[in-house]
Amino acid sequence: MSPKTPSKLEKILSEGHLAVTSECGPPRGSDPQHIIDKGNLIKDYVDAINITDNQTSMTRMCSLAACIRLKLQGLEPVLQMVTRDRNRIAMQSDILGAASFDIHNILCLSGDHQSFGDCAQGQNVHDLDSMQLAQMARRMRDEGKFIGGDDIQRPPQMFIGAAANPFADPFEIRVARLAKKVAAGVEFVQTQCIYNLDKFEQWMTGVVERGLHEKVYILAGLTPFKSAGMARYMKNRVPGMDVPDAVVKRMADTPKDKQAQEGIQICIESIQRLKEVKGVAGFHIMAIEWEEKVPEIVESAGLYPRPAAA
Amino acid sequence: MQYPPSINIVRVPCTGKVDVLHILRAFEKGADGVCVIGCLEGECHFNKGNIMARRRVVQAQSVLDTVGIGGQRAQMFNLSSSEAPQFVKYAQEITAKIKEMGPNPIKLAKSRAA
Amino acid sequence: MIVAEKKPIEEIIECLKDRKSVLVLGCNECVTVCEAGGKKEVGVLASALRMHSLNQGQEVRIDEVTLERQCDHEYLEEIRDVIDQYDAVVSLACGVGVQFMAETYGQTEILPGVNTCFMGATEKRGLWTERCQGCGQCVLAVTGGICPVARCAKRLFNGPCGGSTSGKCEISKEVDCAWQLIVDRLKALGRLDEFENLFPIKDWSTDRAGGPRKVVREDVQQ
Repeated sequence: MSPKTPSKLEKILSEGHLAVTSECGPPRGSDPQHIIDKGNLIKDYVDAINITDNQTSMTRMCSLAACIRLKLQGLEPVLQMVTRDRNRIAMQSDILGAASFDIHNILCLSGDHQSFGDCAQGQNVHDLDSMQLAQMARRMRDEGKFIGGDDIQRPPQMFIGAAANPFADPFEIRVARLAKKVAAGVEFVQTQCIYNLDKFEQWMTGVVERGLHEKVYILAGLTPFKSAGMARYMKNRVPGMDVPDAVVKRMADTPKDKQAQEGIQICIESIQRLKEVKGVAGFHIMAIEWEEKVPEIVESAGLYPRPAAA
Repeated sequence: MQYPPSINIVRVPCTGKVDVLHILRAFEKGADGVCVIGCLEGECHFNKGNIMARRRVVQAQSVLDTVGIGGQRAQMFNLSSSEAPQFVKYAQEITAKIKEMGPNPIKLAKSRAA
Repeated sequence: MIVAEKKPIEEIIECLKDRKSVLVLGCNECVTVCEAGGKKEVGVLASALRMHSLNQGQEVRIDEVTLERQCDHEYLEEIRDVIDQYDAVVSLACGVGVQFMAETYGQTEILPGVNTCFMGATEKRGLWTERCQGCGQCVLAVTGGICPVARCAKRLFNGPCGGSTSGKCEISKEVDCAWQLIVDRLKALGRLDEFENLFPIKDWSTDRAGGPRKVVREDVQQ
């Protein structure tokens, strides 16, 4: 697939390289240095950096502002946009704002329910859902039109992404759901973090059977465990997460002072295995508040140096 | 056997017939206490009447607490019809309790206002 | 039906401070079915208000009337002759009835006695759950009879989201994932292939967002 946008991420994927992305959470405040420092930590090890959008409904600096900060530093941001907090006017508006800074990647999400965060009494918007947002962004790019039909002056050139969760229920429609996203105009997906590699491979088999891997770039999501406690927490308390008992046991059987390293090791081993899975186009390494480990993971997994994008 | 003379008996075919309103109206009219006496749980002749009655007593207690009458003035006891001594015991218990709590505050409020 | 819940008695007592003559007005329809504002509930509330006032050494007149419903002028007329006797009316009807009463009897204080919650149904006695949000453009034919607007916490049209776990919504284990229900229903109806059809972007102008709504039928107007 030849690239349709100036996105560096799209270019690397279209050239057939395994792409690497990671993510940063903006600060719970207005300090720009926070984001710049995180970006600098990982910039040579990833092709693009996602900026989360009020993740788990905890109010933070907006993704757009943080993306602009990164762009001004010469980095490649991915604007995450949830439909929870904005109506269609605001979303189109923010996309134009991002485009005005030549930000070329957007990840379309619904967003965690606000009851998880610090504003449980607030409204949620969901004027559009994540698939409709992707459709809208695609139309803004390909037709140069607002959702209302008017022409956009200097249309945005967004490479359009979405999340995919092979582990949420019901499993039987998870491949169909990816097909739906492709039909909506999604061009790349980053999956929920993978611990159950068997189940992921099962999903990928279904995906490949339908030829979806040729229509959408699939980046396998990974999050290294910091501790056995974190493994248990993610297994039991995070919706849509599948952590096999064997993995928790492996963490638990490791002495406490070595657990962090074991978590990194599991992550690296997963990448090695996933490299061999047909249809996997890259990796999305989510090491929230542990960004300093991304370089080690990328290097040890044989993904360093990153290809230069012209 | 004798039960305290201050008790007025109202007979119903099943305590399931007792409505929340019956209990509340009694207090409106100045009763110091209301006691619902039903069959042992699981032995209701009409299946679950005594279970429903208990829930209504609880509801009445809540209302009575809210309006300052005192929810403990309404009580429910369970016994079988052959347990006359048990009936006397409950009757004495509730009479003692109500005596301790004093008269229905509505009566006092009336006389204070007069 | 419209499902409502009794307001705490304390709240109503507070609203009625200094009133000497109160009418507790029930409604025989929705609020009777969800046991919040029918004749029975009127009786309990009135009794509680009487006891409260007696306990303060005051003599407040508390009357009880239950109308067939409070959302039609004809029924509200039934109390026209007596309404002026009251300082306040506590209406146990849903928010619609309270407002209609206030519009009809603008000189009398009409206070709500219930919290109106949603449009829903009786799953079993004592359990009422939401089913409809009145979006004005019903899509139930497409979703096999399950509403994504009312039953999905994020009102997704192309769900489920990634938080659906074992058929339950991410917000609570007690809430069904609407999209799991829709998938199951489509499967049972032999229509699971429709799942891949993209739902077009919703027109919310007929929803609350478009402003207060009305339905007009000129063919039946007099």
